[in-house]
Amino acid sequence: MLNYIIKRLVASIVTLWVIATATFFLMHAIPGGPFDTEKPLPPQIKANLEEKFGLNKPLSEQYMMYMKNLLKGDLGPSLKYEGRTVNDIIAYSFPTSAKLGIVTVICSLLLGTYLGVTAALNQGKWQDQLVMVIATLGVTVPSFVLATFLIYVFAVKLSLLPAIGFEGPEYYVMPVMALGGYSLSFIARLTRSSLLDVIRQDYIRTAKAKGLSRNTVIYKHALRNALIPIVTYLGPLTAGILTGSFVIEKIFGIPGLGREFVTGIYNRDYSMIMGLTVFDSFLLITFNFIVDILYAIIDPRIKLEA
Amino acid sequence: MERLLEIKNLKTSFFTHVGEVKAVRGVSFHLDKGEALGIVGESGSGKSITMMSVMRLLADNGKIVDGEIWFNGRDLVKLSENEMQKIRGNEIGMIFQDPMTSLNPVLTIGDQLTEPLLKHKKMPKDKAIERAIEMLRLVGIPSPEKRIKQYPHEFSGGMRQRVMIAMALINEPKLLIADEPTTALDVTIQAQILELMKELKQKINTSIILITHDLGVVADVCNRINVMYGGLIVETGRTTDIFYNPKHPYTWGRLRSVPNPKTLVKERLKPIDGQPPDLLKPPAGCPFAPRCDYAMRVCMTHMPPLFEVGEQHKAACWLNHPDAPKVEAPVGRRHV
Ligand SMILES: Nc1ncnc2c1ncn2[C@@H]1O[C@H](COP(=O)(O)OP(=O)(O)O)[C@@H](O)[C@H]1O
Ligand SMILES: [Mg+2]
Repeated sequence: MLNYIIKRLVASIVTLWVIATATFFLMHAIPGGPFDTEKPLPPQIKANLEEKFGLNKPLSEQYMMYMKNLLKGDLGPSLKYEGRTVNDIIAYSFPTSAKLGIVTVICSLLLGTYLGVTAALNQGKWQDQLVMVIATLGVTVPSFVLATFLIYVFAVKLSLLPAIGFEGPEYYVMPVMALGGYSLSFIARLTRSSLLDVIRQDYIRTAKAKGLSRNTVIYKHALRNALIPIVTYLGPLTAGILTGSFVIEKIFGIPGLGREFVTGIYNRDYSMIMGLTVFDSFLLITFNFIVDILYAIIDPRIKLEA
Repeated sequence: MERLLEIKNLKTSFFTHVGEVKAVRGVSFHLDKGEALGIVGESGSGKSITMMSVMRLLADNGKIVDGEIWFNGRDLVKLSENEMQKIRGNEIGMIFQDPMTSLNPVLTIGDQLTEPLLKHKKMPKDKAIERAIEMLRLVGIPSPEKRIKQYPHEFSGGMRQRVMIAMALINEPKLLIADEPTTALDVTIQAQILELMKELKQKINTSIILITHDLGVVADVCNRINVMYGGLIVETGRTTDIFYNPKHPYTWGRLRSVPNPKTLVKERLKPIDGQPPDLLKPPAGCPFAPRCDYAMRVCMTHMPPLFEVGEQHKAACWLNHPDAPKVEAPVGRRHV
């Protein structure tokens, strides 16, 4: 177990390093720089700025500098926001994205499995058909369409919910629905098909032959097996949602990380792009790691061996 | 002897989009306390469905369309699902063909083994674990205290089938149904499992119904045998009747494809040519007639009744009619 964790840690660090390096050089390969504005800056000012952030040094030297700071967890100053570091910006906007993300993941996980189980246990009946319609819509309708639709209905027509901002529980409702629609539908479909597969297994027949009640058979014997594929999906899902969705944050005016990322790319804010990429990758790697451990807990056949 | 199970004219069908599959088409037999009954027949003959009807564990599209199943004084066909749950795993235990897939992979052996005790006997958890360990020891699993905490994948096929037997017998049921319990196992393990079942039958004082497609397996364990074909019992009798004086051409065919049970020497396996009947449209006459070397005109049009051919021996074949031509059985182990 300890061996496994150490190996995973080493692999994670290597992965992070590869991602950081690739991003660094790709980013610099894109034409244009952070100080190319519509109205060109006077050459002297631009030179001073580049001097200040070390952009005039050879690329290899910049790379070494960046890596050295990265090792210390220092993501550097933002090139665009005066006097703010990338660490500050993440510390400010990540909690917002994370709060929204956690609520979304929990809601779509609970509701998704509930809908999936209901559909599977009523296979072919109206409950099943209803869930399948919802789930199909959920995976096909893009989140911005869903968001716009929700705003139109709940904010404009019914005036029930605030359309913009992120200040209290009522501000969560629509972003969570828009952000979680896809994963909820995906989880519902996955749970349904997985559970339908599991209840045909021999060990379910064994459980019934022991005289166990229907609920014990479903919730103790079947569901745990049926959830194994869902756990696999949980890692990328959580990381993806926690790091914020640009579209959703933009539409609902939520000051989250997703918004910063896109603004950073647009501005060629090198250190922001680097910092957020490294941070997102870090989250993804961490959650996949957690999921692998969860996986081994839920399925005893999985051995955590490198 | 006291009667434990009496099945009268059981008919079970599956309702599919192509029509009604008549899997069991009027089966009657009985089992006395302390007996071991074998049900033999080729794949698809309705052996499992007959016993799954007794357990009332048919698939959603399956239904008992007619008949009675008297078990210990009650007609199981009439019981509610709740009442059936009190019988399953308590008064009737069941084990299945594939021990590799019959145990839940994510629950410990101890967890699965104690379930019938917790459910039916309302035993406290620690008592149940003690009893489970005792039961594992009884079925011959070494160091049960350690094994009880393990998961199914840590057991071999033979060991898993021992666990299944322990689980089915843990509440000392009056009846154990074993559906092809050795089919998926190696020959040497097969013999051990059969030996274990015989031994436990005495110790726990349970009756057994052993389903198999292999006559060789029942010879040693069962005192009576039902031979099934096309959803019907075509011959029934004491094991000695079936082996030494078979009266149905289908039984002859099956006996020819069995290794000698006494010597375990594999004779040349000779399968019976042809296809089993279509259960969507079962034939009016004897279901075996199209494959039978001795078929007469009457066999195609009229279903033969079960003719009494001995004290407890019956065969559903027109050859046993007093007016039928006398045919010498090509098999039977009279001279062994
Ligand atoms: N769920 C089902 N739907 C339709 N037909 C079924 C179903 N289960 C079993 N059958 C049919 O019932 C017949 C008897 O099956 P079974 O009792 O399992 O045979 P076996 O003698 O091999 O145990 C087979 O022809 C099988 O195809
Ligand atoms: Mg079968």
